[in-house]
Amino acid sequence: QRRHLLELLKRTTVHGESNSALIIGPRGSGKTALLNHVLKDLREMKQVSENLLENPFLSGLLQTNDKVALKEITRQLQLENVVGDKVFGSFAENLAFLLEALKRGNRTSSCPILFVLDEFDLFVHHKNQTLLYNLFDISQSAQTPVTVIGLTCRQDILELLEKRVKSRFSHRQIYLMNSFDFKQYIKIFKKQLSLPAEFPDESFAQKWNNNVQHLSEDKTVQDVLQNLFQHTKDLRSLHLLLMLAGSAVTVHHPLLTAADLQEASRQRSTDSKANIVHGLSVLEICLIIAMKHLNEVYDGEPFNFQMVYNGESNAWALQTFHLSLPSYCPCSFLPIAPEFQKFIQRKAHSMYNFEKPVVMKAFEHLLQLELVKPLERPSVRAQREYLLMKLLLDSSQIMDALQLYPNCPTDVKQWAASSLSWL
Amino acid sequence: MNTRQQSKLTYSWYGKPLSSDRKLRTSQYKGILITSERSKTKTCIQLGDFILVEGLNADQPYVAQLMDLYEDGAQDKRAVVQWFCRLEEIPQNKRKLLKREISAQEVFYDQVLGYDTDIAAETIIKSIMVLPLHLGEELPITTLNKEQTFYVRQSWDGKCFKILSPDTFSKLKEANKRRGVITNSSKAFIPSDVLTPLKKETKNVVQSATKPKNIDMEIESRHSTSKSSLAKERHSQRVANNDIKTPTARKKLELNSPTRSKGRLLGCEVLGLLDDDCDAVAPLETSATKRKVKFTSGILGSPPKIPCSNKSKSASETAGECQRFSDTLRLSPYTKVKDFSEKDKNLHEKDDILSLAGDQKPRSQSPVLTPRSRRTCVQKTSALIAEQISMLDQEDFLSGSDSSYSASSEEEEDDDLPCTPEKKTKSSTPKSSRKSTDHTPAKTLKKTPSQGTPRTPRNATPEIPRRIQAAQEPASVLEEARLRLHVSAVPESLPCREEEFQDIYNFVESKLIDGTGGCMYISGVPGTGKTATVHEVIRCLQQAAENDELPPFQFVEINGMKLTDPHQAYVQILEFLTGQKVTAAHAAVLLAKLFSTPGPKRNTTVLIVDELDLLWTRKQNVMYNLFDWPTQKHSKLIILAIANTMDLPERIMMNRVASRLGLTRMSFQPYTYKQLQQIISSRLKGVKAFEEDAVQLVSRKVAALSGDARRCLDICRRATEICELATQKRTPETVRMVHVTEAIDEMFSSPYVNAIRNASLHEQLFLKAVLAEFRRAGVEEATVQQIYHHHVALSRMEGLQSPTVSEIMAICSRLGACRLLLLEASNKYLHMRVRLNLSQDDVMYALKEE
Repeated sequence: QRRHLLELLKRTTVHGESNSALIIGPRGSGKTALLNHVLKDLREMKQVSENLLENPFLSGLLQTNDKVALKEITRQLQLENVVGDKVFGSFAENLAFLLEALKRGNRTSSCPILFVLDEFDLFVHHKNQTLLYNLFDISQSAQTPVTVIGLTCRQDILELLEKRVKSRFSHRQIYLMNSFDFKQYIKIFKKQLSLPAEFPDESFAQKWNNNVQHLSEDKTVQDVLQNLFQHTKDLRSLHLLLMLAGSAVTVHHPLLTAADLQEASRQRSTDSKANIVHGLSVLEICLIIAMKHLNEVYDGEPFNFQMVYNGESNAWALQTFHLSLPSYCPCSFLPIAPEFQKFIQRKAHSMYNFEKPVVMKAFEHLLQLELVKPLERPSVRAQREYLLMKLLLDSSQIMDALQLYPNCPTDVKQWAASSLSWL
Repeated sequence: MNTRQQSKLTYSWYGKPLSSDRKLRTSQYKGILITSERSKTKTCIQLGDFILVEGLNADQPYVAQLMDLYEDGAQDKRAVVQWFCRLEEIPQNKRKLLKREISAQEVFYDQVLGYDTDIAAETIIKSIMVLPLHLGEELPITTLNKEQTFYVRQSWDGKCFKILSPDTFSKLKEANKRRGVITNSSKAFIPSDVLTPLKKETKNVVQSATKPKNIDMEIESRHSTSKSSLAKERHSQRVANNDIKTPTARKKLELNSPTRSKGRLLGCEVLGLLDDDCDAVAPLETSATKRKVKFTSGILGSPPKIPCSNKSKSASETAGECQRFSDTLRLSPYTKVKDFSEKDKNLHEKDDILSLAGDQKPRSQSPVLTPRSRRTCVQKTSALIAEQISMLDQEDFLSGSDSSYSASSEEEEDDDLPCTPEKKTKSSTPKSSRKSTDHTPAKTLKKTPSQGTPRTPRNATPEIPRRIQAAQEPASVLEEARLRLHVSAVPESLPCREEEFQDIYNFVESKLIDGTGGCMYISGVPGTGKTATVHEVIRCLQQAAENDELPPFQFVEINGMKLTDPHQAYVQILEFLTGQKVTAAHAAVLLAKLFSTPGPKRNTTVLIVDELDLLWTRKQNVMYNLFDWPTQKHSKLIILAIANTMDLPERIMMNRVASRLGLTRMSFQPYTYKQLQQIISSRLKGVKAFEEDAVQLVSRKVAALSGDARRCLDICRRATEICELATQKRTPETVRMVHVTEAIDEMFSSPYVNAIRNASLHEQLFLKAVLAEFRRAGVEEATVQQIYHHHVALSRMEGLQSPTVSEIMAICSRLGACRLLLLEASNKYLHMRVRLNLSQDDVMYALKEE
């Protein structure tokens, strides 16, 4: 792949041939790194660097429309000093200007230009794909030699191109995949962690590198890495993991340990939403549990606040109904009754203490945390109580969170665990 | 000239009809009176006068000689003219035939047959002077009447330039002379108009030029009064001896002809002078020397003429001399070296004195100045002999020998920029221009010969810097083949499109010969050679036109994709046609006017509209206008519209647009494999790089898919690269089947399967979960929550640690970024719906392999 790209660019510069190519690969597969590497190689070649290879670098995230992109090209090609004080009026003028500029050159005399379009897929969404059409058209006609290189992670990029743009594209695609296996992954891990030879403190470097070698053979570390590797082959996530672990290194704790890595891995993989649940009050958790039950009853249909509230108060009503049946225990705070009764009593306890507006407030707090999400935008007309909502948590997440929740009343836990069979 | 257009003019015949033709019901006249309502001035234009005629471009009216005036049956005033053409009207590629520099004031006696010489009299703007010159002659130095005086040296018949035949030369001269007589005698008819308006005008001018200092005003008024008084005197003199031959006739004519434009021009010139003065804010001395230098050089500038004017004063020199004389007249009050009384003296004397004084003054002054400026004078005079630079010189004299300026400009000249702003300033203020280029012409030209051709500011387009090293020539057979296979390499002929070529050619040719307009719609899928064929047709037609088999035509091309907005089409067309740059709305108006009114000298225009469908607007007015123009009677417009879809007129056009487009359609079929094969082999003619079978494979493959020739060529190019890589050590260098198949695979292979195989384990599991959920629900869509459950179950089955929801979301978005999955906006979190972007079978296939 590297050689292919290098050849391609070399031909553009040396022979003045126009080309176009796309580099496609998932995120973190080193598309930009490859290109930079090739460009560096290219610049080292004497023949090429003498030809003064200019390369406007455009990113789809920065140049959000063709107008901005054109301005940027003009700037990067340093054409604006040619224009002098002439102020660019319209987009049209700008385009005509640039096209004219590029048209003047020909294969043998003009300096080749390399256009790099990062996030190529975003350029595709520009109106009429004017920029792409023109760039490819230049690369297909005897004008200034131009190489257009697009970087994208979308595999279906070609289908996004308009038919005439597609026809002008040369269909050179360079696919980059993370096709290494676990052994290579470990190697990369080692290489990333090792200190370079020119590190000033040699003895420390020695020690550190030995430690890294040890680590790479350690079982737990390998497990951690294996886990990560199974999740993603993206090298950036590996870097992130190592970064997290590396930040634990201090003067007193000079060497990386397996535990550090494990900790980092745990941090990396924790569930963000479940973490939020940990910080909720008991009432909010009750609400979430009520929602979870509702979800189970209605099989994932949306609900509104009133339903949740009613669900609770229904449960409370039921409780009052059931209260008469079993042997009544008058104790107010510590329920000791059978399972459902305990729950009911807890309910009773909570409902006695919380007025409806307070519950509503708690509900809104959940809304702000985006644990609950309205189906449609809140309008002025609809009452907030009747807005349809969806719970953004999975039941397993709720259960996990409850397990870790500190000082969670056991009855709440049990209520959460209990399915609706008794209702 | 723009103001002129706005003021209302009325045209009336001057005198009685000379003769009338009963049958044709035409009557001929000898002159036409143009009355401007605003300034209440009248201009009389007689037969044989030189006139300006309204043209395409308001800034560049046509130059012509009035040959005949008549009123036709419909009471329309008509005029028959002999055209002169400006340099701008001569095609770019022919200009080099001249092999010399042409000043803006030079025109060519037009002998092109195609032009309509019968024009409406209302298009006449005003009268001017056209002076015939011999080829070797220098242009007389004029600072006066830049806009009104033209020179003719050669004739132009559409193909080459010729020296004026003695016949026409004398005729032109005759016309000039006659003109003087006629106006002179005509003064008797309208004597009241003669002086008063002029005075009024000059006064106006003086008043309008309020800004300048008082001294300038004084000078100006003195100048004008002296002129008019002189004119009076001269007039009386004239009446006395009735000497027509003396240049005074001309002088008088100029001064007395009570045209508004004259007055205006005077104003311009005065302003120009004042400007000049302001420029030289420097002490009076320098300004004086400036004048003087200018003056001397003016005289020295035309060495052959000095003896003529002094001694022989032959009739043939009248024109030039009088011109120069007017020059001196204008200058004399300014330099204040002469008493006005001197003007009563004989003209020759004055000329002599002036020239003498001119000679002496710089000499006396030069010690005061830096020696450098003197040297420049000498150099200048010596350089003047070179004919090429005559124009530049002429401008240069105006700028004066300001030594500091020349030095700075010299410096500027040294740094070699492709298009420096300096050039722009030069062109915008031509008076202060060109100093450097001919300051020491020999030196600079030797140093950088490429600079000898200054670019015009109009096309001051930027350029990509030159490469330092020359592009390498192809070394091997494969490289040669690759070069030929590049889409940009235009072949000499287009194989497999002969029929279409002939059709289009015939269409355009017939329209060209008839001088009518028409539309043609060309459709076809991308890469079938539509644009290439049309360009080829145009090229052939242009060649034919050059060989005089066809009337000449203009060729304009616009591309819908290269326009930012459909309305920009107008701007581009207008720019191609006239070189003007205006806004879209204004351009539309101008173009509509251009195509709907009969233009006297207009050639047929061939307009190619590429990517027509992009000119679509909601009201479709762009397309409507485009297709409406050819139906106009006088438009002479041929439109070739190119688009991809065959049914475009029916699909997106309104009825009225579609009907104007007409039924001349042509569709380019996709290439068949045989044609593709032929295309490749024709390109590779003489290069033994491909095996027959390989070519056939490529063409069959492409023909089956799209018939896109571009694709075909690209595959071949890629194949050569692969071949090159494969055979780096070994010698055989032909592209074989293996290479071609590899190239094809590379271009057509679906990336998805490969992508899935290289995905991480959990990503693959996720895909499996998606499949399982789909199978369970029977719907090709699922929420992440549902998939999550499957995923957890699957990972349990595989004995893996089950991922958290956050991790699942990360996996999901990664797959979504690769577009293996189609995702909703991610703020729905677990309820985000997921769809596969490829068929389930593909996923199964990709996952099964392992």
